Amino acid sequence: MLTLASLGPRELRARLRGPGLRLQTGPFVTCVQSPLALLADTLAAMYADYPVLEEGGVADFHVRLSGSNGLRRLVRPQVHFHYDGMAPFQPLPLAQAFPMFEWAMNWCVSSQANSWLVIHAAVIEKSGLAAILPAPPGSGKSTLCAALVNRGWRLLSDELTLVRLDDGRVDPLPRPVSLKNASISILRDYAPEAAFTRPVADTVKGTVAHMRASSESVARAQETAMPAWIVFPKWQAGAPATLTPVPQARAHMRLAENAFNYSLLGETGFQAVARLAEQVRTFDFEYSVLDDAIAVFEQLLRERA
Amino acid sequence: MTALPVQLPLLLRALREPAAMAAFSEREWDLLLRQALASNLAATLGLLAEEAGVLAALPARVGRRLGWARTVWERHLQAVDFELRQIKRALAGTGLPLILLKGGAYATAGLPAGAGRLFSDIDILVPKEQLADVESLLMLHGWAGTHHDAYDQRYYREWMHELPPMQHMRRASVIDVHHAILPETAAARPDPARLRAAARPIPGQEGVYTLAPCDMVLHSAVHLFSEGEYHHGLRDLFDLHRLLCHFGAEPGFWAALPARARELELARPLCYALRYCTRLLGTPVPAAVLDAARAGAPHAALQALMDALFLRALQPPHPSCADAFDGAARAALYIRGNWLRMPPLMLSRHLLHKAFLSPKAEPAR
Repeated sequence: MLTLASLGPRELRARLRGPGLRLQTGPFVTCVQSPLALLADTLAAMYADYPVLEEGGVADFHVRLSGSNGLRRLVRPQVHFHYDGMAPFQPLPLAQAFPMFEWAMNWCVSSQANSWLVIHAAVIEKSGLAAILPAPPGSGKSTLCAALVNRGWRLLSDELTLVRLDDGRVDPLPRPVSLKNASISILRDYAPEAAFTRPVADTVKGTVAHMRASSESVARAQETAMPAWIVFPKWQAGAPATLTPVPQARAHMRLAENAFNYSLLGETGFQAVARLAEQVRTFDFEYSVLDDAIAVFEQLLRERA
Repeated sequence: MTALPVQLPLLLRALREPAAMAAFSEREWDLLLRQALASNLAATLGLLAEEAGVLAALPARVGRRLGWARTVWERHLQAVDFELRQIKRALAGTGLPLILLKGGAYATAGLPAGAGRLFSDIDILVPKEQLADVESLLMLHGWAGTHHDAYDQRYYREWMHELPPMQHMRRASVIDVHHAILPETAAARPDPARLRAAARPIPGQEGVYTLAPCDMVLHSAVHLFSEGEYHHGLRDLFDLHRLLCHFGAEPGFWAALPARARELELARPLCYALRYCTRLLGTPVPAAVLDAARAGAPHAALQALMDALFLRALQPPHPSCADAFDGAARAALYIRGNWLRMPPLMLSRHLLHKAFLSPKAEPAR
């Protein structure tokens, strides 16, 4: 199988500048075009192990990230995102090219991939069982997810949980984990062997860095998992790691609030969420220390065995 | 006659002959999907493939992608049905027939033209004398007027053929209340009373009507060919194609169409509709009808110019279908669209006002 790393830097740039790099992430193929050297370098570092497809097949998404034209190239240059000729977002400062790529990739999936129930949640796996972590920004979801995947859990996704509509299993979509502000240095200390992008300051989400998904999680991207827990995490200074059960009806409503296409899927969406809420144990989870949090997840796994 | 491009865009080939989709290669699909998405025709394409019995034979990724669009359309139909019931309830007291126009009519009547079609507003036609009643009833039921500045109010209420769009305060759905199908200021003034008199009840939907088949075609044509904005040009042309194919099977439809067009002063748009439907989509129009419709054709020089414009603007709005003159053609049609709306002096006053006096819209975030 051809991977991005095996293309080599010259061929990678040639594809990005020319017909497009056909990058496979989980169940999706995205055709990426970009003349930006910054983006090419970061892609090479963050997506080295991902499969790359040859031209001549069907891509799900066609995206282009380009720089500014004319004078703007010299004064505060920007990065523009194009979705096959349309420009759904305002341009951002050029330094934010990679975060913009990641956000755009999320948007492609969350706004269109209606053959799944798409939940705004991190999801991780161990022993074939998936823990879904939905949460609003700022709750420490990505931090917790990043810590868990550096202590033996497999990354399925940091941002988008894809629940299949036919059998309720989760399809992995492993991509770099997005970390913000204080979380960046916490994770660097916690997982010194992991690879990170250089932090980008002053984005709408503050300072942002991405942690590379492990080679193992990328290699096993076709291996589905059965949802076993839904955990709504909340980081709280000084709080002991505590699980509080959430009743099933309440869990249904909160899942629905966190799903991108719950209403769009209509009855199918309702059934998918109902089945999910039925088959998992749902908790609110407060924590302050990552190791304690991980011990709680291991305990959940033991209880299930 | 302007020659057609030797090779039609993939999307036009698929729309002309849906069964041909089975033979497209993956490489062709990669482009065809993009053309269909840009034209807002992805759900339509999936339904056409299904109707032609070729959906299962398409590459898996293509079938999946078309399915995503279909889900959006199915949810849209549900929302339209709900919205229609709310409108019916709001207007029940008027005793007026609820005459639906365009997308809302196609969807509710279950016409082939509605298959896969998304639209943002529900359009209804009411007598001008009853506009005020209808407006206040809709307001009582939660729809509020938009375009509050005094000039816009005058523009809609004195010159246009509809109220300013009304948006529901909670659901944000939009309803356009029409009293005619062309602006009061346009040269042609099809008599709305005739359209209303010929309206047809939708079976199973008590009190809800569509225009008569000929009128539905003519309204679709006049709408498309006096537009200024052609982003949905191909989608709207395909509406016409499907209406013509569907109603063409009804006895008497073809014979009545050119005569009805003359009666409603819409011979020119009908001529364009048949011309571009047959040329771009291969619509089977009887030769005698084409001959009769030619009475509405412009003189040869103007026809050549309109061909140059429409044969570009009616292509899929995707970079793979644009030539060097595409932008110019779309710009020229934008000017023409405004030109047809009102007489020159009035138009220049209108454009000056819009350019310098109207408050600017909030910049998009």
